[in-house]
Amino acid sequence: MNIVVCVKHVPETAEAEIKIDPSEKSIEKTSLVYDINEWDDYALEEAIQIKERLGGTVTAITVGPKEADSTLRKCLARGADAAVRITDPKFENSDCFATAKILNRAMKDLAFHLVLTGALADDDGCTATGPILAELLGVNHATMVRKIELNGDVAKVNRELEGGLEEVVEVNLPAVLSVQTGINEPRYVSIMGIRKAMQREIKVLGSAEIGLDDDEVGQEGSWVRIEKMYLPPVEKQAEFLKGTPEEIAAKIGEMLKTRGLL
Amino acid sequence: MTEIFVLAEHRQGQIRDLTMEMLTKGRELAEKVEADLIVILLGKDIKDMAQVLRDHAKKVIMVEDPGLENFNSDLYQEVLAGLIEEHKPLLTLIGHTSFGVDLAPSLAASLNTPLATDCIDLKFKDDVLIVTRQMYGGKVNAEASLRKAESYIVTVRQATFPAEKEVSMEGEIIQIKGQLPDRKIGKRFVQYVLPPPGGVDITSADVIVAIGRGIKDSEEIPQVEDLANALGGVLACSRPIVDKGWLPDDRQVGSSGKTVKPKLYIALGISGAFQHILGMKNSDLIVAVNKDPKAPIFGVADYGVVEDLFKLIKPVVNEIKEIKG
Repeated sequence: MNIVVCVKHVPETAEAEIKIDPSEKSIEKTSLVYDINEWDDYALEEAIQIKERLGGTVTAITVGPKEADSTLRKCLARGADAAVRITDPKFENSDCFATAKILNRAMKDLAFHLVLTGALADDDGCTATGPILAELLGVNHATMVRKIELNGDVAKVNRELEGGLEEVVEVNLPAVLSVQTGINEPRYVSIMGIRKAMQREIKVLGSAEIGLDDDEVGQEGSWVRIEKMYLPPVEKQAEFLKGTPEEIAAKIGEMLKTRGLL
Repeated sequence: MTEIFVLAEHRQGQIRDLTMEMLTKGRELAEKVEADLIVILLGKDIKDMAQVLRDHAKKVIMVEDPGLENFNSDLYQEVLAGLIEEHKPLLTLIGHTSFGVDLAPSLAASLNTPLATDCIDLKFKDDVLIVTRQMYGGKVNAEASLRKAESYIVTVRQATFPAEKEVSMEGEIIQIKGQLPDRKIGKRFVQYVLPPPGGVDITSADVIVAIGRGIKDSEEIPQVEDLANALGGVLACSRPIVDKGWLPDDRQVGSSGKTVKPKLYIALGISGAFQHILGMKNSDLIVAVNKDPKAPIFGVADYGVVEDLFKLIKPVVNEIKEIKG
């Protein structure tokens, strides 16, 4: 089973305070820490586990600048056999469609049975790159995948619906499966493992090498153009309790008591 | 006449709420751009649903076929692509649900029709479609324009627009024969899997103490459990805690977990992604503790504390014990 895992190098923002860049078309990224997109981390782990069970190879692939190498090194340290980074200044502002076109071209020469990627990327939240890539590759797809069972040329997968409900579908291979978080437990990678991966080769491809015209990528090749970013307007705001932890605790106690909750 | 399509989402004979929400927005846009609002309804045994939906649209285009009984992106895409190519609607609205995200991206790619996903607002400015969507887990709003085209596809976030009430449009029901492909289908529905019963029913709890990403280690959970116990409540969580395997699935609050409405909901280290808020926003009283003063959870909380949650737990537990005597 040869597997390609598509990963994205994204800023961690879940617990950071976000500021909008003066251009109003981006956030301020300088103080943010970057890592592999959380959903892709689960996709990578799933790929490695399948390889461990069935043999074959895992190739990690990303579209991004030099800094994204650290995410690919993490993939190699985890057990990926090869890593490919596709990069070009012209790729800037590519949306999910343009990114899928780039991945599609770069994968033309790769022999694969399965493509795994995260259901969404934490930065743009598009939830679309995987199935668009499937359409461009001319293969089947399933999204929001929580379980994968492989039987010959068929993948039996559980897709997450709502409220705990799942559906089971069979998908003929080759296919692109985009996975939900929680599908497995991504393994820990030691510093030693990452250090070892530093010596491994990362194949770098430019736009000329994959043969895409300028108007197919970047803003021109995209469906969506970001015009303006802003912090969501506050419609209702909590009443903030202030003071030392003890003072706040006293206020909370008083408030719960008044409301008959104690 | 220009048309706006709304793809009806239904499961096991029930029209899902989001369909009515999309009709609200679809109607508003249709009136502005002078388009006909058309419901697209695919499935098997869907005549009753068509009767309900005709009150909300100029037309209901109904494609009935045994092969469409359960949602299948492969077949739905083929049928929908045919309808879009024939009608060239200005806009097709699809829910940003598990169903919609399996269908809309590949449909858009197959037609090379610009797509914007998970939108919380949309409008036409001259001929250009402008959408609002969220990024970075709901911490940023982005206004974006779509590449100029004769047809667009947008997936719409749930619970963003009010569900449409009866409007008595008495639209025409047009039944067409499904053009199901005779090629081999690459994807087959097998069955639904319900969550296993048992465990703790958090939906019946009066007090819920919920934890999220602010918890860094499973060993920190007993401290939070102390607080839940002091309050006579149960422990629940947002998605990351279940993903890590620190609490079982039945403790998850949010669109992919449970919807709760306790008398008191205490959110600890939960930033408040949209999916989580959907599951708890109707609680009677919400208290949130988070280090980020701009965390979206403070937009639904009644009381907020910007603080390291672990500095606060012990004093609060002591205070409660003292009051209770």
